[in-house]
Amino acid sequence: MIDVVKLNKSFGDHHVLKDISVTIEQGERVVIIGPSGSGKSTFLRCLNCMEDPTSGQVIFEGVNIADLSVNINTYRERIGMVFQHFNLFNNKTVLENIMLSPYLVEKKKIKKAKKDNFLHKLGMKKHPYTENIPSAKEIKAQKKEEAMTLLKRIGLEEKANAYPSTLSGGQKQRIAIIRSLAMHPEVILFDEPTSALDPEMVGEVLELMKDLAKEGMTMVVVTHEMGFAKEAATRVIFMDDGRMVEENTPAEFFSNPKTERCKEFLSKVLV
Amino acid sequence: MGNFDIKIEKFLKAFIDNGGYHNVLTGLKNTMEIAIIGLLIGIVIGTLIASIRVLPKYRTLPRVLDKICSFYVAIFRGTPMVVQLLVFYYVLMPLMGIKIDGLNVAITVFGLNSGAYVSEIMRGGILSVDPGQLEGGRSVGMSYATTMFKIVIPQAIKNILPTLGNEFITLVKETSIVSFVGAMDLYKVFNDIGTNNYEFMVPYLVMAVIYIVIVCLITLGIKFMERRLRKSDRRS
Repeated sequence: MIDVVKLNKSFGDHHVLKDISVTIEQGERVVIIGPSGSGKSTFLRCLNCMEDPTSGQVIFEGVNIADLSVNINTYRERIGMVFQHFNLFNNKTVLENIMLSPYLVEKKKIKKAKKDNFLHKLGMKKHPYTENIPSAKEIKAQKKEEAMTLLKRIGLEEKANAYPSTLSGGQKQRIAIIRSLAMHPEVILFDEPTSALDPEMVGEVLELMKDLAKEGMTMVVVTHEMGFAKEAATRVIFMDDGRMVEENTPAEFFSNPKTERCKEFLSKVLV
Repeated sequence: MGNFDIKIEKFLKAFIDNGGYHNVLTGLKNTMEIAIIGLLIGIVIGTLIASIRVLPKYRTLPRVLDKICSFYVAIFRGTPMVVQLLVFYYVLMPLMGIKIDGLNVAITVFGLNSGAYVSEIMRGGILSVDPGQLEGGRSVGMSYATTMFKIVIPQAIKNILPTLGNEFITLVKETSIVSFVGAMDLYKVFNDIGTNNYEFMVPYLVMAVIYIVIVCLITLGIKFMERRLRKSDRRS
């Protein structure tokens, strides 16, 4: 699904990612671990071109999205992302946070359909004619309903009209996950989703992520939660100094690490 | 103080009996019109310039646009507003062969001038918004422009509202120079009353009081707006 080919990323003179090539298949849950500064977050951010790679390709469903001539926005609609600091829109209510982008996407489609219909009527037959274009109002109601369904799923429907600043970290992060789900993405990238949370809120976020994993969502997760890696991952990748040092199934990886660097790292984190 | 009583009497006569209040209302209207429309134009221009200047600059187009914008800001911040009015009225308009009345000239110049100031205020406001907000918007597939206008700029405006109010107050007071290009503003009408009666003390005093009252009202209005915009913040 995502093919990364010889990915390099430098910030100035600092060479962060060095020739990374990896393939992520549909339905995989890839967990990336490694010491801080090893480039795991940068790698994740390159997957949806939040950082533009310095060289190399990120091929998503056959298209190299690292190419600057590609309209990245249409691909980001299908590659969800969850951040360490949630990044919910502070000036929007929870409901608006969830439905804003799905609504805008549909609205754009309506606009295009109307334009095509107009051109079709003018006699340009190559533009398809669409019957029964829904109104913006209908779309809004429909997206609102979808958003409410998602909110119900995480049990926060009574927070629909609250602003993010009134929520706890765990609630914010679960809503951020729901927000990316509302776009019906094919893969979700998690950038240390539990690192900014109070310890007692980590559980609720991991629970939701495990739920998604069970449903077969393709996930790429950068995390320090070894428990999550053991339980939900299908593959664990260990990164150090901008390279992928080791990758294996979680069972093999944790019980039988191959490289010295990896053994050293695991001995420190698995106390 | 008997002298002062006569002066007040003279002023009241000119103000009420001779219909001076009519002119004052026109002047007040013009002053507010110049300041308000000027500020609105300024906010539009300023937001555009600020949005351009915070663009990432690894491509050529944003760099060129940035240079143009900083030239614009340098011109309008580097010259006094009176000079801008005079140059616009007596240099640019004859050169381009257009004819606009003083009031509209004033509105245009005030708009262009405050655009330069608002752009810097707005740029600071945009930079004060957490970069994560932009990333959050981009990550769900919204374009840079959509995220900017729907997410970042509304939050930036909330942050800069006190400074923007300052700019509005400055504009209101600066309108007292528009009589240079023949526009009727608050200063002009009180000056006229003074000239007609050979007596300036009371008209100028009343003028000063009116300016203070306007500014106080604006301050109240901004406080009210700020409270409403803060509704998405944590309540304590």
